[in-house]
Amino acid sequence: MAQPVEISITATGRKVTLPTGLFINNEFVPSVDSSDVIQCLNPATEEVICSVVAGSAADIDRAVAAARAAYNTTWGKNVGPVERARLINRLADLMERDRDVLAELESLNNGKPVRVARDFDIGDSIGCLRYYAGWADKITGQTIEVDNKTKLAFTRHDPIGVCGQIIPWNYPINMWAWKVAPALACGCTIVMKPSELTPLTALKLSELIVEAGFPAGVVNTVASLGSVGGAALAAHPDVDKVAFTGSTVTGRKIMEAAAKSNLKKVSLELGGKSPHLVFESADLEQAANWAALGILYNTGQDCTAGSRLFVQDTIYDKFISILVGKAKEMVVGNGFDEKVSGGPVVSKVQYDKVWSYIESGKQEGATLALGGQKRPGKGFFVDPTIFTDVRPDMKIVRDEIFGPVLSVAKFSTEEEAVKLANDTSYGLGAGLHSKDADQCMRVSSALEAGTVWVNQYNLLYNNVPFGGKKQSGIGRELGSYALDEYTSVKAVHWNFGEKLDWPF
Amino acid sequence: MPSTFDYTWDTPVYKGSTSFSTGLYIGGKFVDGSNKTTIDVINPSTGKVITKIAEGTPKDVDIAVAAAQKAYETVWGLNCPGNERGRLLNKLADLMDIHRDEYAAVEALDNGKTFNWAKNADLGLCIDTIRYYAGWADKIHGSTIETSEDKLNYTRHEPIGVVGQIIPWNFPLMMVCWKIGPALATGNAIVLKPSEFTPLTALLTAKLIDEAGFPPGVVNIVNGYGSTVGQAIAEHMHIEKVAFTGSTLVGRKVMEAAAKSNLKKVTLELGGKSPSIVFDDADLSVAVEWAAHGIYFNHGQTCCAGSRIFVHEKIYDTFLHKFTEKSKSLKVGDPFALDSFQGPQVSEIQFNRIMGYIDSGKQEGATLHMGGHRIGTEGYFISPTIFTDVRPEMRIVREEIFGPVGVIIKFKDDDDIIHQANDTVYGLAAALFTTNVKRAIKTAHALHAGTVWVNCSNTLYANVPFGGYKQSGIGRELGEYALSNYTNVKAIQINIA
Repeated sequence: MAQPVEISITATGRKVTLPTGLFINNEFVPSVDSSDVIQCLNPATEEVICSVVAGSAADIDRAVAAARAAYNTTWGKNVGPVERARLINRLADLMERDRDVLAELESLNNGKPVRVARDFDIGDSIGCLRYYAGWADKITGQTIEVDNKTKLAFTRHDPIGVCGQIIPWNYPINMWAWKVAPALACGCTIVMKPSELTPLTALKLSELIVEAGFPAGVVNTVASLGSVGGAALAAHPDVDKVAFTGSTVTGRKIMEAAAKSNLKKVSLELGGKSPHLVFESADLEQAANWAALGILYNTGQDCTAGSRLFVQDTIYDKFISILVGKAKEMVVGNGFDEKVSGGPVVSKVQYDKVWSYIESGKQEGATLALGGQKRPGKGFFVDPTIFTDVRPDMKIVRDEIFGPVLSVAKFSTEEEAVKLANDTSYGLGAGLHSKDADQCMRVSSALEAGTVWVNQYNLLYNNVPFGGKKQSGIGRELGSYALDEYTSVKAVHWNFGEKLDWPF
Repeated sequence: MPSTFDYTWDTPVYKGSTSFSTGLYIGGKFVDGSNKTTIDVINPSTGKVITKIAEGTPKDVDIAVAAAQKAYETVWGLNCPGNERGRLLNKLADLMDIHRDEYAAVEALDNGKTFNWAKNADLGLCIDTIRYYAGWADKIHGSTIETSEDKLNYTRHEPIGVVGQIIPWNFPLMMVCWKIGPALATGNAIVLKPSEFTPLTALLTAKLIDEAGFPPGVVNIVNGYGSTVGQAIAEHMHIEKVAFTGSTLVGRKVMEAAAKSNLKKVTLELGGKSPSIVFDDADLSVAVEWAAHGIYFNHGQTCCAGSRIFVHEKIYDTFLHKFTEKSKSLKVGDPFALDSFQGPQVSEIQFNRIMGYIDSGKQEGATLHMGGHRIGTEGYFISPTIFTDVRPEMRIVREEIFGPVGVIIKFKDDDDIIHQANDTVYGLAAALFTTNVKRAIKTAHALHAGTVWVNCSNTLYANVPFGGYKQSGIGRELGEYALSNYTNVKAIQINIA
């Protein structure tokens, strides 16, 4: 086990050599005490791609030890900011070079279209690395006046230390970059646990870590089950911080484990049930495009999916008919087909979950305006599905489905829209469409979400922060704000003049 | 059509060649000056002409400003997103890296600093500076500011527009980088005048700016004289900001011209007469090494040169002895020889000026402890020089000499030294040497200088600000601070009541 395998990508004829071991100290190694493997499937064909080593709790120990050793010797405060920037930029250059291979691997394992993986997921990831490379030598503290005659006070923004990073399967490469980039820029070392559903690109990227020249132990990758590797990281006494992106259910467990172990710092990016509001003054064509994007991009497997659509009653019928038309234009199929804009959902478990929600929608009395029919044949395909006449208490309205399933309801006043939108325990994203500038300002101010999109949806930039209010998360990624997650502030009080009398 | 400068070196420290246009670089093209005249570029090691460059005129400044304006309004400014500006700057840094040794050779030929210093000191900071500002380009943040719930108030840090930049001859390439880095990162378009004494590395940079893919008109290089091209930039009605590095004398003229024309924003980085202070508890060998570096680095042609060396009376004799030994060990010679520490001064004018100060020192009664003479018969080489037994009112103590001439002064105690060190119209930098932390911090806080070095001297980083108190300048370069020189803050208040 732990030997590289050769994967043949039928659609393009490309052969990719993939390491399958655990990546610790810049080497791919077998598990120290387990012979378990993780089987990786192609969700479009349901075929096995390959198997990779599944890390155990003991392997996590080994990886954490490697990360700690690197932090104390070759990384952390031992490496200068210009060098950190240089290495992260080099990594970005290598990702750029290997863009096509990575895109095909991503599509094979996750199902998303190759061109989307290449242009968006990987394009944004390269940009993210470069963005944080630019921050590496700009992490400044403050000097603070206390008493000019006797004291000097200043802060240092030290790296937090060894960071456990647990990422999901919906944007494997992009989530990897969002975590790795700011952590490295700040001087932290990493134990990365990719999703057990989609570990392949994380392993391939680990090869680039070596090629870029990062010292051994700075980045370690342990593919593992969440309940094994993820739990071990969250509870580890020598991990200083854990960053998790995934479901709210698992996020709670991570935070609990962190609290019970060493009170490690926690940042969480969790689920959402984001509202999408269309007011009567909106450009209906455009709003329909953005609303379709909001629920269908990445086959609805997006934490900020605009999964609850609220349409003003005066334009409801017109808007719905435009929207259904847009959704019908979406081509869902195998990611290697250039015509396709959406792939399958990632796994059988997800497939069954999404369908059970569709069934519950039917049973709870919602109207099926589009979809609702399973496809015959192989592949975890779910076609765009739109429910109308929903009630706030329905499961399809309350729960995060994580599929291309939209719930639509009407509203008459702005106040009602805001109330409906905020009626959720989540608070990740929200969108609104209106040409009334004052309304845009009022509503964006009132929506309880970490990101509010006005007259658009879904689009993110590496320099604008992202994260959740309420039960959608703790902390922010992207932008300068992510640096706070990976630095620890030390205040130094330097006395050069005060003598202490005793007893005082 | 402007000529191409082709040069090949076959020297102990460098073998290679260079080739670039000697024209003005305006609107993405290399062109002759409007008057079709040229300026001779002299090799200060020999006094002989290396090449001729196109001479710009005030009319060429107009043409350059128009090109910059056009680029700013169409493809640059906020029309080009920050991450793209950053990408271009990083590409320029990559190209500069590839041409690193070639750059060092051109700089040594044109300015006279040794190839090894150019390569190991100048080039490192030059490229670091471009990369540092590349990283800022997509991080130019304004603020959102809370007043009340029915208002949305925020600021934008917008680029200024077309900026003028006038740079000196002592660190030709480094000055290009300190200026264009923050200006381009924040989205400005540039009209830059290199020194007429040392234009060559700026012209090589123009070639690489073009190759990197900056849109035409974003950076324009107009060679020419200070009194013509420099003046035209300082008084131009469509240049919104001027940045000048050079002498305090000329800095005043730039500020005056700016005030009389369109009140353009002004930043100045001017002269200095920086103190190097050696306390009696200093580590003496550290102090000698750094104090020597402070005055002899770049042949004393450094705005922050530690040209007044104050030594506590208790260790004065020992220090003087060691410092003299150190000074004698510095080899002056061909910038391309293996063991040269110091090359020629940059020009005949500077040579005469420095020799004039040396004369005045002798005449005003100072003791010429060491040096004070020309070396060789060709080129502008001056020996490392030390004066002692000086009085505060002497010209060599008050005025910036800009040569390898140090004055060494005794002091008694901490109060005395603070007073003496601050007794100057300048305030660029200071260095102090002590092993007592309390004394280091108290003295650093009491000195009127924009940079205070403790147990080192004349070390700079792209991310640490640099600039002068008092008549040494206005504004700061390097670090995050430089960004505010190139942005206009707009506050937007939106009423949503």
